[in-house]
Amino acid sequence: MDSKRDDARTDYGHEAHDHADHELHHHHTHAADSRHPGGHHLLQVENLTVAFNMYDPSAPFWRAGRVHSEVLHDLSLSVHVGEVLAVVGASGSGKTVLADSLMGQWANNAEVKGRIWFDGTEQDAESLASLGGHGMSMVPQGVNNLDPLMRVGDQVLGAVRTPERRARMHQLFIDYGLGAGAERLYPHQLSGGMARRVLLMCALMDEPRLIIADEPTPGLDLELAVHALDDLRSFADAGGGVLLITHDIELALRVADRVAIFHDGTVVEETGVGNFVSPDLLRHPFTKALWHALPGHDFASISNEEVEA
Amino acid sequence: MGKKRLHIPRWVAELARLVLLLVATSMVTFVLVGLSPVDPVRQNLGQATYAQMSDAQREQLAAYWGTDTPIVTRYLRWAASALTGDFGQSLRFGRPVAEVVGERFANSAALMLTAWALAGVLGLALGVIAGSRRGGLADRAISSASYLLSSTPTFWLGLVALMVFAVWLRWAPFGFSVPLGVDAAQVGWAQKLRHLVLPALVLAVANTPSIALHTREKTIEVLASDYVRFAESRGETRAQVLRRHGLRNLVLPAITIECASLSEVFGGSVLVEQVFSYPGLGQAAVTAGLGGDAPLLVAIALASAAFVFVGNAVANVLYTVIDPRLRKGVRRG
Repeated sequence: MDSKRDDARTDYGHEAHDHADHELHHHHTHAADSRHPGGHHLLQVENLTVAFNMYDPSAPFWRAGRVHSEVLHDLSLSVHVGEVLAVVGASGSGKTVLADSLMGQWANNAEVKGRIWFDGTEQDAESLASLGGHGMSMVPQGVNNLDPLMRVGDQVLGAVRTPERRARMHQLFIDYGLGAGAERLYPHQLSGGMARRVLLMCALMDEPRLIIADEPTPGLDLELAVHALDDLRSFADAGGGVLLITHDIELALRVADRVAIFHDGTVVEETGVGNFVSPDLLRHPFTKALWHALPGHDFASISNEEVEA
Repeated sequence: MGKKRLHIPRWVAELARLVLLLVATSMVTFVLVGLSPVDPVRQNLGQATYAQMSDAQREQLAAYWGTDTPIVTRYLRWAASALTGDFGQSLRFGRPVAEVVGERFANSAALMLTAWALAGVLGLALGVIAGSRRGGLADRAISSASYLLSSTPTFWLGLVALMVFAVWLRWAPFGFSVPLGVDAAQVGWAQKLRHLVLPALVLAVANTPSIALHTREKTIEVLASDYVRFAESRGETRAQVLRRHGLRNLVLPAITIECASLSEVFGGSVLVEQVFSYPGLGQAAVTAGLGGDAPLLVAIALASAAFVFVGNAVANVLYTVIDPRLRKGVRRG
């Protein structure tokens, strides 16, 4: 992380800006219930650039030179306490790199620039990684993220096996309607819905303040996906923050408070879902084009001129 | 499929496969003996003795070694008596085959099991260390040593070990399973063990690299898996991940690798026993093969086939015990 730059800005006196919800600040506008307890965002990412220094994959094997491939470019976003921020972007556009970056999981050949604050404290790679399971938890995509040979109860419990955590684990299984018998199941015995809840329980087990959910509803149709995200919604309503990474704009508009539109490795617009009532409330041409492509709107195709404009 | 499938118990199917394997092995061995250019009579007597013999003696010997009978007839005769449990006489040793194989097998089993266990434990440990520190100093040292060793011929390794440890350093006896000039019945366990150490070590060292390299690959695969990344994102340390998820998921491939290495140890033992003049099954196989001793060769081939088969069958049983996905009754559509 580039921590030397502009130290005067480190203490973000956020409330000092005294802005209205619809007003653009820190690259975003607020939703009705976005809150800043303590005067800062729960998670704030400023100008994050992640590039990979790697061999040119398109060149012939022996002649492949080193190329510098920028996956994330000058990306900024913020998650407030009590809200779900959906990062919406096409598949394969680098959203998972974003999730990995926020969890401090960088590949050895990654070059990272930018600044990340968690709960008002600026982070570096090491501290981000140590936040995993201690404040920031990941909800991954699917059952592949569970050890096929370990009973799910043990997996939800995790590596720290205190009696208190064990009691919490039992409680989670009851709260999420899986029952005590489910603790002794192996991942291959879970239905898709059960697996999703088990993965969420893994995150909740560690009592996080922020949950990063990376495409948590693969293969579900919209209604089922919205329903499957009820648990994340109630986590946010109880005072947590959720960063939901998805390719599905309709899903994002249904469950999120705010939407960050991810395009070409950066967030082109971060705005409240309420602004999607009319294209006039959206600022970026790509977002406007996205609005037109939504069902029930005028289905104008996203033309390149419009995007580049 | 509406038709109800005929349910054959697992062990019956396995037994049928074993029988088929043994029948095929015996056939192939006899065919190879029949095709062999070695004339057992000349080979076992020596040219000078053969030249001095009368025709009648030669015919008698040809009948003894079976060279005057077509190989198919010999096979059928052998098969008929093998079915009654009689595997015949070893032509070379002049004793019942079962006796020779039993005695040699006992010698070899000690050698092979020691080497197998040693190579298994060592290879597994080195493989996990290398795989979990991929690209590091330990990994590079272990990997390059493994590649170097696996491209080293076993017999050469044995010769070097003999030169260094038996000739120069005099730490180990020079071959054989008992001291020279001593009645085998009088030799104690300590002496036998002393003679076992060097060949067992050479055999173990020859088989460690492939186990280490396979384990390394599997370790890398497991550590790159989604569930390990997820566990790490929850704050589990590398050591915790290895202990909780690594070992658990390495058990199955390890069993496969270890059981597959049984056959490699068996093959290696032929060379090592030859170099160390160790009177085991491998050495007997070489003697039987070169001497045209068909009954003994077949018996050894059958014994080794059964040995390797049982090893793999044990692996299959262990899978179902260990892997919940293969366990009966818990499977869901």
